[in-house]
Amino acid sequence: MDMAVQKAFTEEASAIPAPSKKVKVVARDVNVFYSEKQALKDVSVDIPEHAVMAFIGPSGCGKSTFLRCINRMNDTIPTCRVTGTIEIDGADIYDPKLDVVQLRARVGMVFQKPNPFPKSVYENVAYGPRIHGLARSKAELDDIVASSLKRAGLFDEVKDRLLDSGTGLSGGQQQRLCIARAIAVEPEIILMDEPCSALDPIATAKIEELMEELAETYTIVIVTHSMQQAARVSQRTAFFHLGELVEEGPTEAIFNAPKDKRTQDYITGRFG
Amino acid sequence: MNEHIVKSFDQELQLLDKKIAQMGGLAERQLAQAFDALERRDPKLAEAAVASDRAVDALERDLQEQTILMIARRQPMANDLRHIMTVLKIAGDLERIGDLAKNIAKRALAVSGENHPKPLMTGLKHMLELALRQLKDVLDAHAARDTDKALAVWRADERIDAMFNSLFRELLTYMMEDPRNIGLCTHLLFGAKNIERIGDHTTNIAENVYYLVHGTALADDRPKGDDTSSTLIRKE
Repeated sequence: MDMAVQKAFTEEASAIPAPSKKVKVVARDVNVFYSEKQALKDVSVDIPEHAVMAFIGPSGCGKSTFLRCINRMNDTIPTCRVTGTIEIDGADIYDPKLDVVQLRARVGMVFQKPNPFPKSVYENVAYGPRIHGLARSKAELDDIVASSLKRAGLFDEVKDRLLDSGTGLSGGQQQRLCIARAIAVEPEIILMDEPCSALDPIATAKIEELMEELAETYTIVIVTHSMQQAARVSQRTAFFHLGELVEEGPTEAIFNAPKDKRTQDYITGRFG
Repeated sequence: MNEHIVKSFDQELQLLDKKIAQMGGLAERQLAQAFDALERRDPKLAEAAVASDRAVDALERDLQEQTILMIARRQPMANDLRHIMTVLKIAGDLERIGDLAKNIAKRALAVSGENHPKPLMTGLKHMLELALRQLKDVLDAHAARDTDKALAVWRADERIDAMFNSLFRELLTYMMEDPRNIGLCTHLLFGAKNIERIGDHTTNIAENVYYLVHGTALADDRPKGDDTSSTLIRKE
């Protein structure tokens, strides 16, 4: 092949942005105990940056417990003990010197049941940036609120009732409000614990569409009971069972030809 | 394999396999019937073989509807999804095999009044017997999820191709010897080609059995022996 042609080829190929291969979260040998009971056993996993990773598994398998380790939500449970290491961008998040409030600003969370504050739509979103000092003026705060609501795909629906109570919105809108609240503080990672299980199919589709967009800027980890949802939204999937991480890999591989029989039995509805 | 929590799902999956076996059995019988009609120059038998294609077609439509409903209803994953998808594809191949058998039967009708040269019929019969055995083996391989058997079928298709090549040359020779043979020989040549194509559909089924069990496609290129598409009559 002609050199110039070849060069043009390589340039064209490199113009397409390759998916980020960078690892955002590295967990090694994570064990979690609630009092004497061990909830997680030696979990090691890499979570890729700017992608969606799904955790699946039957109830009580430890997937939510592991999710809550990533922003140290388990610290709030007095009997809970965590061993092993979890690093975000190479820094240990269980370092005693680390500011947990700062960590939770970097690692946002969205829960199963939408839980807006009993305040106005505006205040729900403005609360985080205000306490973290992210806005120097009212105008700046207005901008953050508007852009967060836009990124959460909610702005057009609520722009005329920003001062109405957040709890007056529909379930799907409340959940997107919670997502807007989470992204208002510019997190790097968003943890979602069954974010659609209380929503109807249309609200679910809106959240899934949103996740796809958000994954361009954020690292998303989602716990879901819907296998189809995990297959639709995620690039990587991890299957948990009885506190162990049984299998982890590209989502297509997990759902088409899983290696472990337990994974196969679970995703095909043979136990759970 | 463990059973599903939802038992009716297992029953539906079993029913799919049962219908594939039934469809395969019908296609086998139709093919044997079509060939017997050709060999014995029996128009009645040929008509029966043409008519029995309807049952094969009906089963394919039935399986297509079944599989689409199951995908919508159960949202199957992993081996279950492969199971359903391969049934759909195998049904398609069996339907084509039925069509090709029907075509042989029609040609049997067309040439039933002619005298058939014995050596040609023997060659064609060997080819048919091998194709029938391949079809039976691949259906057994599917029923038993036996990939070794499927692979053996996949590899053995080369022999059908080789038989077709030699038959092709033989038929050309007959035609050159006496132009009055051309009509009959052309029909026999198409009949042979149909059997060769049936062999190809059989290897498709073998590939699907492999994919069903392993979740990956057969990577190798299948050994192929049919070179008649580039064969010409050379001037002496």
